[in-house]
Amino acid sequence: MHEWALAESILAAAEKTATQEHLKTIKELTINLGELQQIDRGILRFALKALADEHPSFTKAKFVFKTEKSQFTCNVCAHTWDYKDLKKTLGATEAEAVHFIPEAALAYVRCVRCGSPDFQITKGRGVTLATVKGT
Amino acid sequence: MDPRPSIIATRFARIKTVIAVASGKGGVGKSMIAATLALSLAKNHRVGLFDLDVYGPSAHLILGASDLQPTEDKGLVPPRISNVSFMSPVFFTQGRASPLRGSDVTNMILELLAITQWRKLDYLILDMPPGIGDETLDVIRFVPNCTFLVVTTPSKVAMGAVDKLLDILQELHRPIIGILENMATEPSPIKDDITKRSLRYLGSLPYDPSLEAALGHPEKILTTPFGQSLRRLLPAIERYETAASSNK
Ligand SMILES: Nc1ncnc2c1ncn2[C@@H]1O[C@H](COP(=O)(O)OP(=O)(O)OP(=O)(O)O)[C@@H](O)[C@H]1O
Ligand SMILES: [Mg+2]
Ligand SMILES: [Zn+2]
Repeated sequence: MHEWALAESILAAAEKTATQEHLKTIKELTINLGELQQIDRGILRFALKALADEHPSFTKAKFVFKTEKSQFTCNVCAHTWDYKDLKKTLGATEAEAVHFIPEAALAYVRCVRCGSPDFQITKGRGVTLATVKGT
Repeated sequence: MDPRPSIIATRFARIKTVIAVASGKGGVGKSMIAATLALSLAKNHRVGLFDLDVYGPSAHLILGASDLQPTEDKGLVPPRISNVSFMSPVFFTQGRASPLRGSDVTNMILELLAITQWRKLDYLILDMPPGIGDETLDVIRFVPNCTFLVVTTPSKVAMGAVDKLLDILQELHRPIIGILENMATEPSPIKDDITKRSLRYLGSLPYDPSLEAALGHPEKILTTPFGQSLRRLLPAIERYETAASSNK
Protein backbone atom coordinates (compact mmCIF):
# COMPACT_ATOMS: atom_id res chain seq x y z
CA MET A 1 0.00 0.00 0.00
CA HIS A 2 2.54 2.62 -0.95
CA GLU A 3 -0.39 4.39 -2.65
CA TRP A 4 -1.13 5.63 0.86
CA ALA A 5 2.22 7.45 1.01
CA LEU A 6 1.54 9.01 -2.39
CA ALA A 7 -1.96 10.05 -1.27
CA GLU A 8 -0.39 11.85 1.69
CA SER A 9 1.95 13.69 -0.66
CA ILE A 10 -0.93 14.69 -2.96
CA LEU A 11 -2.91 16.19 -0.08
CA ALA A 12 0.15 17.94 1.32
CA ALA A 13 0.82 19.47 -2.11
CA ALA A 14 -2.85 20.44 -2.55
CA GLU A 15 -2.80 22.06 0.87
CA LYS A 16 0.21 24.14 -0.17
CA THR A 17 -1.54 25.25 -3.36
CA ALA A 18 -4.72 26.04 -1.40
CA THR A 19 -2.78 28.27 1.00
CA GLN A 20 -1.04 30.08 -1.88
CA GLU A 21 -4.33 30.65 -3.70
CA HIS A 22 -6.31 31.48 -0.53
CA LEU A 23 -8.75 28.60 -1.00
CA LYS A 24 -10.71 27.61 2.12
CA THR A 25 -12.66 24.67 0.76
CA ILE A 26 -11.24 22.27 -1.79
CA LYS A 27 -13.83 21.02 -4.28
CA GLU A 28 -11.81 19.00 -6.75
CA LEU A 29 -8.33 17.63 -7.30
CA THR A 30 -7.27 16.33 -10.69
CA ILE A 31 -4.51 13.78 -10.42
CA ASN A 32 -2.52 12.50 -13.39
CA LEU A 33 -1.38 8.92 -13.12
CA GLY A 34 1.54 8.01 -15.35
CA GLU A 35 0.93 4.57 -16.82
CA LEU A 36 4.44 3.35 -15.99
CA GLN A 37 3.86 3.39 -12.21
CA GLN A 38 0.67 1.28 -12.46
CA ILE A 39 -0.97 2.93 -9.46
CA ASP A 40 -4.00 1.09 -8.08
CA ARG A 41 -6.75 3.71 -8.43
CA GLY A 42 -9.03 1.97 -5.94
CA ILE A 43 -6.42 2.02 -3.20
CA LEU A 44 -5.35 5.57 -4.03
CA ARG A 45 -8.96 6.81 -3.93
CA PHE A 46 -9.57 4.97 -0.65
CA ALA A 47 -6.43 6.52 0.90
CA LEU A 48 -7.24 10.02 -0.39
CA LYS A 49 -10.80 9.80 1.04
CA ALA A 50 -9.62 8.48 4.41
CA LEU A 51 -7.00 11.23 4.68
CA ALA A 52 -9.38 13.94 3.40
CA ASP A 53 -11.90 13.07 6.10
CA GLU A 54 -9.41 14.24 8.72
CA HIS A 55 -8.87 17.58 6.95
CA PRO A 56 -11.66 20.15 7.42
CA SER A 57 -10.86 21.84 4.09
CA PHE A 58 -10.82 18.58 2.11
CA THR A 59 -13.91 16.74 3.39
CA LYS A 60 -15.97 17.71 0.32
CA ALA A 61 -13.21 17.19 -2.22
CA LYS A 62 -13.78 15.12 -5.35
CA PHE A 63 -10.86 13.22 -6.80
CA VAL A 64 -10.57 12.98 -10.57
CA PHE A 65 -7.99 10.61 -12.02
CA LYS A 66 -6.54 10.85 -15.50
CA THR A 67 -4.21 8.29 -16.98
CA GLU A 68 -1.22 9.63 -18.82
CA LYS A 69 0.01 7.17 -21.44
CA SER A 70 3.70 6.33 -21.13
CA GLN A 71 6.25 6.98 -23.82
CA PHE A 72 9.88 5.93 -23.91
CA THR A 73 12.44 7.46 -26.27
CA CYS A 74 15.82 6.00 -27.13
CA ASN A 75 18.67 8.50 -26.79
CA VAL A 76 20.70 6.59 -29.37
CA CYS A 77 18.32 5.83 -32.27
CA ALA A 78 15.37 8.10 -31.34
CA HIS A 79 12.91 5.20 -31.51
CA THR A 80 9.83 5.63 -29.28
CA TRP A 81 7.72 2.89 -27.76
CA ASP A 82 4.82 2.62 -25.33
CA TYR A 83 3.90 0.85 -22.11
CA LYS A 84 2.40 -2.17 -23.89
CA ASP A 85 5.75 -2.90 -25.55
CA LEU A 86 7.66 -2.27 -22.36
CA LYS A 87 5.46 -4.53 -20.26
CA LYS A 88 6.22 -7.56 -22.44
CA THR A 89 9.83 -7.48 -21.27
CA LEU A 90 9.16 -7.09 -17.52
CA GLY A 91 8.84 -10.02 -15.10
CA ALA A 92 6.57 -9.83 -12.05
CA THR A 93 9.28 -8.81 -9.54
CA GLU A 94 10.62 -6.25 -11.99
CA ALA A 95 7.16 -4.80 -12.58
CA GLU A 96 6.72 -4.46 -8.81
CA ALA A 97 10.04 -2.61 -8.51
CA VAL A 98 8.94 -0.25 -11.30
CA HIS A 99 5.65 0.31 -9.46
CA PHE A 100 7.62 1.61 -6.45
CA ILE A 101 10.40 3.38 -8.36
CA PRO A 102 9.61 3.91 -12.06
CA GLU A 103 13.30 4.57 -12.86
CA ALA A 104 13.98 0.92 -12.04
CA ALA A 105 12.72 0.36 -15.60
CA LEU A 106 16.08 1.65 -16.79
CA ALA A 107 17.78 -1.30 -15.11
CA TYR A 108 15.58 -3.85 -16.86
CA VAL A 109 14.43 -2.47 -20.20
CA ARG A 110 16.33 -1.95 -23.46
CA CYS A 111 15.40 -0.02 -26.59
CA VAL A 112 13.20 -2.38 -28.61
CA ARG A 113 14.88 -1.30 -31.85
CA CYS A 114 18.62 -0.95 -31.14
CA GLY A 115 18.98 -2.64 -27.73
CA SER A 116 20.43 0.45 -26.02
CA PRO A 117 19.93 0.89 -22.26
CA ASP A 118 20.18 4.66 -22.78
CA PHE A 119 16.58 5.80 -23.10
CA GLN A 120 14.29 8.33 -21.48
CA ILE A 121 10.90 8.11 -19.87
CA THR A 122 9.44 10.94 -21.95
CA LYS A 123 5.80 10.68 -20.82
CA GLY A 124 3.63 9.02 -18.20
CA ARG A 125 6.12 8.39 -15.42
CA GLY A 126 4.25 8.75 -12.13
CA VAL A 127 1.83 10.76 -10.03
CA THR A 128 1.32 14.50 -10.53
CA LEU A 129 -1.23 16.91 -9.17
CA ALA A 130 -2.71 18.64 -12.23
CA THR A 131 -5.33 21.02 -10.80
CA VAL A 132 -6.69 22.15 -7.45
CA LYS A 133 -10.17 23.70 -7.52
CA GLY A 134 -11.87 25.31 -4.56
CA THR A 135 -13.37 28.44 -3.09
CA MET B 1 2.78 19.87 -9.77
CA ASP B 2 5.05 17.23 -8.32
CA PRO B 3 3.47 16.25 -4.99
CA ARG B 4 6.49 14.44 -3.56
CA PRO B 5 8.57 17.33 -2.14
CA SER B 6 5.56 18.41 -0.04
CA ILE B 7 5.60 15.27 2.11
CA ILE B 8 9.34 14.98 2.79
CA ALA B 9 9.26 17.18 5.90
CA THR B 10 6.59 14.87 7.36
CA ARG B 11 8.71 11.80 6.62
CA PHE B 12 11.67 13.40 8.41
CA ALA B 13 9.66 14.87 11.29
CA ARG B 14 10.58 12.11 13.73
CA ILE B 15 14.26 11.89 12.78
CA LYS B 16 16.43 13.79 15.25
CA THR B 17 19.69 13.97 13.31
CA VAL B 18 20.50 13.40 9.65
CA ILE B 19 24.17 12.91 8.80
CA ALA B 20 25.26 12.79 5.15
CA VAL B 21 28.62 11.04 4.85
CA ALA B 22 30.04 12.84 1.84
CA SER B 23 33.24 13.62 -0.03
CA GLY B 24 34.29 15.43 -3.16
CA LYS B 25 36.34 12.34 -3.98
CA GLY B 26 35.43 8.76 -4.85
CA GLY B 27 36.79 5.70 -3.10
CA VAL B 28 37.89 7.43 0.10
CA GLY B 29 35.75 5.22 2.35
CA LYS B 30 32.40 7.03 2.57
CA SER B 31 30.34 3.85 2.39
CA MET B 32 32.59 2.03 4.84
CA ILE B 33 32.37 4.93 7.30
CA ALA B 34 28.60 5.46 6.80
CA ALA B 35 27.82 1.79 7.40
CA THR B 36 30.20 1.41 10.34
CA LEU B 37 28.94 4.65 11.88
CA ALA B 38 25.35 3.37 11.58
CA LEU B 39 26.29 0.02 13.15
CA SER B 40 28.16 1.69 16.05
CA LEU B 41 25.41 4.20 16.79
CA ALA B 42 22.81 1.41 16.62
CA LYS B 43 24.25 -0.08 19.81
CA ASN B 44 22.60 2.72 21.81
CA HIS B 45 20.30 4.58 19.41
CA ARG B 46 17.57 4.12 16.82
CA VAL B 47 19.44 4.33 13.52
CA GLY B 48 18.67 4.30 9.80
CA LEU B 49 21.09 3.98 6.87
CA PHE B 50 20.07 5.25 3.44
CA ASP B 51 22.28 4.40 0.47
CA LEU B 52 21.98 7.30 -1.97
CA ASP B 53 24.62 6.07 -4.37
CA VAL B 54 22.19 5.18 -7.15
CA TYR B 55 24.86 4.14 -9.69
CA GLY B 56 27.05 2.11 -7.36
CA PRO B 57 25.18 1.27 -4.17
CA SER B 58 27.50 -0.63 -1.86
CA ALA B 59 26.25 -0.30 1.73
CA HIS B 60 24.33 -3.59 1.36
CA LEU B 61 27.60 -5.40 0.62
CA ILE B 62 29.21 -3.97 3.76
CA LEU B 63 26.20 -4.89 5.91
CA GLY B 64 25.79 -8.31 4.29
CA ALA B 65 22.18 -7.41 3.51
CA SER B 66 21.28 -10.02 0.93
CA ASP B 67 17.72 -11.30 0.53
CA LEU B 68 16.27 -8.28 2.32
CA GLN B 69 13.32 -6.29 1.01
CA PRO B 70 11.30 -3.39 2.41
CA THR B 71 7.79 -4.20 3.63
CA GLU B 72 4.67 -2.22 2.75
CA ASP B 73 2.77 -0.27 5.36
CA LYS B 74 1.48 3.10 4.21
CA GLY B 75 4.66 3.36 2.19
CA LEU B 76 7.83 1.32 2.35
CA VAL B 77 9.24 0.31 5.71
CA PRO B 78 12.99 -0.33 5.52
CA PRO B 79 14.13 -3.82 6.58
CA ARG B 80 16.35 -4.05 9.65
CA ILE B 81 19.79 -5.54 9.77
CA SER B 82 21.98 -5.51 12.90
CA ASN B 83 19.51 -3.07 14.46
CA VAL B 84 19.83 -0.62 11.54
CA SER B 85 16.84 0.30 9.33
CA PHE B 86 18.27 0.09 5.84
CA MET B 87 17.07 1.51 2.53
CA SER B 88 18.90 1.16 -0.78
CA PRO B 89 18.20 1.53 -4.52
CA VAL B 90 19.49 -2.03 -4.81
CA PHE B 91 16.12 -3.29 -3.50
CA PHE B 92 14.60 -2.08 -6.77
CA THR B 93 17.36 -2.66 -9.31
CA GLN B 94 18.38 -6.08 -7.95
CA GLY B 95 22.02 -5.20 -8.42
CA ARG B 96 21.63 -4.53 -12.16
CA ALA B 97 23.42 -1.58 -13.73
CA SER B 98 21.12 1.46 -13.82
CA PRO B 99 22.05 3.83 -16.66
CA LEU B 100 20.33 6.91 -15.23
CA ARG B 101 20.39 10.47 -16.53
CA GLY B 102 20.35 13.37 -14.08
CA SER B 103 16.57 13.78 -13.93
CA ASP B 104 16.16 10.03 -13.36
CA VAL B 105 18.50 10.25 -10.37
CA THR B 106 16.48 13.08 -8.87
CA ASN B 107 13.23 11.23 -9.53
CA MET B 108 14.51 8.09 -7.87
CA ILE B 109 15.74 9.97 -4.81
CA LEU B 110 12.53 12.01 -4.53
CA GLU B 111 10.41 8.88 -4.79
CA LEU B 112 12.40 7.15 -2.04
CA LEU B 113 12.29 10.25 0.17
CA ALA B 114 8.51 10.47 -0.30
CA ILE B 115 7.54 6.85 0.29
CA THR B 116 10.05 5.58 2.87
CA GLN B 117 8.58 5.38 6.35
CA TRP B 118 11.61 5.70 8.63
CA ARG B 119 9.43 6.30 11.65
CA LYS B 120 11.22 7.40 14.80
CA LEU B 121 15.03 7.61 14.54
CA ASP B 122 17.80 9.23 16.54
CA TYR B 123 20.12 9.14 13.52
CA LEU B 124 19.66 8.72 9.81
CA ILE B 125 22.98 8.21 8.04
CA LEU B 126 23.14 8.96 4.30
CA ASP B 127 25.78 7.16 2.27
CA MET B 128 26.48 9.70 -0.48
CA PRO B 129 28.09 9.18 -3.87
CA PRO B 130 31.21 11.28 -4.52
CA GLY B 131 31.12 14.83 -5.78
CA ILE B 132 28.65 17.66 -6.06
CA GLY B 133 26.25 16.10 -8.57
CA ASP B 134 22.51 15.51 -8.52
CA GLU B 135 22.44 13.39 -5.37
CA THR B 136 24.34 15.95 -3.28
CA LEU B 137 22.29 18.85 -4.65
CA ASP B 138 19.06 16.93 -4.06
CA VAL B 139 20.02 16.19 -0.46
CA ILE B 140 20.85 19.87 0.07
CA ARG B 141 17.55 20.88 -1.51
CA PHE B 142 15.13 18.33 -0.12
CA VAL B 143 16.44 16.83 3.13
CA PRO B 144 15.55 19.04 6.06
CA ASN B 145 18.28 19.81 8.61
CA CYS B 146 20.91 17.64 6.98
CA THR B 147 24.37 17.82 8.54
CA PHE B 148 27.52 16.77 6.69
CA LEU B 149 30.37 14.56 7.76
CA VAL B 150 33.05 14.95 5.14
CA VAL B 151 35.55 12.17 4.43
CA THR B 152 38.97 12.56 2.88
CA THR B 153 42.23 10.68 2.61
CA PRO B 154 45.61 12.34 3.28
CA SER B 155 46.32 12.74 -0.45
CA LYS B 156 46.48 16.21 -2.01
CA VAL B 157 44.44 14.77 -4.87
CA ALA B 158 41.60 13.84 -2.50
CA MET B 159 41.79 17.09 -0.58
CA GLY B 160 41.67 19.05 -3.86
CA ALA B 161 38.25 17.59 -4.66
CA VAL B 162 37.07 17.69 -1.04
CA ASP B 163 37.89 21.41 -0.89
CA LYS B 164 35.33 22.06 -3.61
CA LEU B 165 32.59 20.23 -1.72
CA LEU B 166 33.50 22.18 1.42
CA ASP B 167 33.37 25.44 -0.58
CA ILE B 168 29.82 24.70 -1.72
CA LEU B 169 28.63 23.52 1.70
CA GLN B 170 30.09 26.61 3.36
CA GLU B 171 28.68 28.91 0.68
CA LEU B 172 25.23 27.40 1.27
CA HIS B 173 25.68 27.58 5.07
CA ARG B 174 25.14 23.86 5.54
CA PRO B 175 26.15 22.47 8.93
CA ILE B 176 29.43 20.56 8.65
CA ILE B 177 30.07 18.26 11.62
CA GLY B 178 33.71 18.00 10.62
CA ILE B 179 36.25 16.25 8.45
CA LEU B 180 37.30 12.66 8.99
CA GLU B 181 40.64 11.51 7.61
CA ASN B 182 40.53 7.92 6.39
CA MET B 183 43.51 5.68 5.60
CA ALA B 184 45.53 8.21 7.54
CA THR B 185 49.27 8.76 7.78
CA GLU B 186 51.22 10.43 10.59
CA PRO B 187 51.48 13.36 10.89
CA SER B 188 48.31 14.49 9.12
CA PRO B 189 49.11 16.72 6.12
CA ILE B 190 45.58 18.15 6.01
CA LYS B 191 44.79 19.07 9.61
CA ASP B 192 46.09 22.64 9.27
CA ASP B 193 44.12 23.34 6.10
CA ILE B 194 40.95 22.22 7.82
CA THR B 195 41.43 24.36 10.92
CA LYS B 196 42.28 27.32 8.65
CA ARG B 197 38.77 26.96 7.25
CA SER B 198 37.39 27.09 10.84
CA LEU B 199 36.19 23.50 10.46
CA ARG B 200 36.65 20.63 12.89
CA TYR B 201 39.19 17.92 12.22
CA LEU B 202 37.33 14.99 13.79
CA GLY B 203 40.23 12.57 13.76
CA SER B 204 41.73 9.82 11.68
CA LEU B 205 41.06 6.19 10.81
CA PRO B 206 43.95 3.85 10.02
CA TYR B 207 44.42 1.91 6.80
CA ASP B 208 43.20 -1.49 7.95
CA PRO B 209 44.10 -4.55 5.85
CA SER B 210 41.78 -6.73 7.96
CA LEU B 211 38.70 -4.80 6.78
CA GLU B 212 38.21 -6.70 3.51
CA ALA B 213 37.69 -10.03 5.30
CA ALA B 214 35.12 -8.46 7.62
CA LEU B 215 32.90 -7.09 4.81
CA GLY B 216 29.39 -8.48 5.05
CA HIS B 217 29.77 -9.25 8.76
CA PRO B 218 28.62 -6.29 10.87
CA GLU B 219 29.89 -7.64 14.19
CA LYS B 220 33.32 -8.36 12.71
CA ILE B 221 33.58 -4.88 11.20
CA LEU B 222 33.00 -3.33 14.62
CA THR B 223 35.90 -5.27 16.13
CA THR B 224 38.45 -4.40 13.40
CA PRO B 225 41.00 -1.64 14.17
CA PHE B 226 39.01 0.53 11.71
CA GLY B 227 35.74 -0.15 13.55
CA GLN B 228 37.27 0.48 16.95
CA SER B 229 38.90 3.73 15.81
CA LEU B 230 35.59 4.97 14.47
CA ARG B 231 33.89 4.05 17.72
CA ARG B 232 36.39 6.23 19.62
CA LEU B 233 35.42 9.17 17.40
CA LEU B 234 31.69 8.85 18.17
CA PRO B 235 31.75 11.29 21.11
CA ALA B 236 33.15 14.02 18.80
CA ILE B 237 30.28 13.43 16.37
CA GLU B 238 27.62 13.23 19.08
CA ARG B 239 29.00 16.33 20.80
CA TYR B 240 28.39 18.33 17.64
CA GLU B 241 24.78 17.15 17.61
CA THR B 242 24.20 18.18 21.21
CA ALA B 243 25.71 21.60 20.51
CA ALA B 244 23.63 22.01 17.35
CA SER B 245 20.33 21.04 18.98
CA SER B 246 20.86 23.29 22.00
CA ASN B 247 21.42 26.20 19.57
CA LYS B 248 17.98 25.70 18.03
N1 LIG C 1 40.50 2.51 6.49
C1 LIG C 1 40.47 1.59 5.53
N2 LIG C 1 41.36 0.58 5.50
C2 LIG C 1 41.34 -0.35 4.51
N3 LIG C 1 40.44 -0.37 3.52
C3 LIG C 1 39.52 0.60 3.50
C4 LIG C 1 39.47 1.62 4.50
N4 LIG C 1 38.44 2.45 4.21
C5 LIG C 1 37.85 1.96 3.10
N5 LIG C 1 38.50 0.86 2.66
C6 LIG C 1 38.20 0.06 1.46
O1 LIG C 1 38.38 0.92 0.34
C7 LIG C 1 37.41 0.68 -0.66
C8 LIG C 1 36.61 1.94 -0.94
O2 LIG C 1 35.82 2.24 0.21
P1 LIG C 1 34.33 2.74 0.07
O3 LIG C 1 33.57 1.94 -0.91
O4 LIG C 1 33.78 2.88 1.43
O5 LIG C 1 34.64 4.19 -0.56
P2 LIG C 1 33.58 5.25 -1.07
O6 LIG C 1 34.15 6.57 -0.74
O7 LIG C 1 32.23 4.92 -0.55
O8 LIG C 1 33.61 4.98 -2.64
P3 LIG C 1 32.60 5.57 -3.73
O9 LIG C 1 33.08 6.97 -3.98
O10 LIG C 1 32.75 4.68 -4.90
O11 LIG C 1 31.23 5.53 -3.12
C9 LIG C 1 36.57 -0.48 -0.14
O12 LIG C 1 37.05 -1.67 -0.65
C10 LIG C 1 36.75 -0.41 1.37
O13 LIG C 1 36.57 -1.66 1.99
MG1 LIG D 1 30.40 4.61 -1.61
ZN1 LIG E 1 17.43 2.67 -29.80
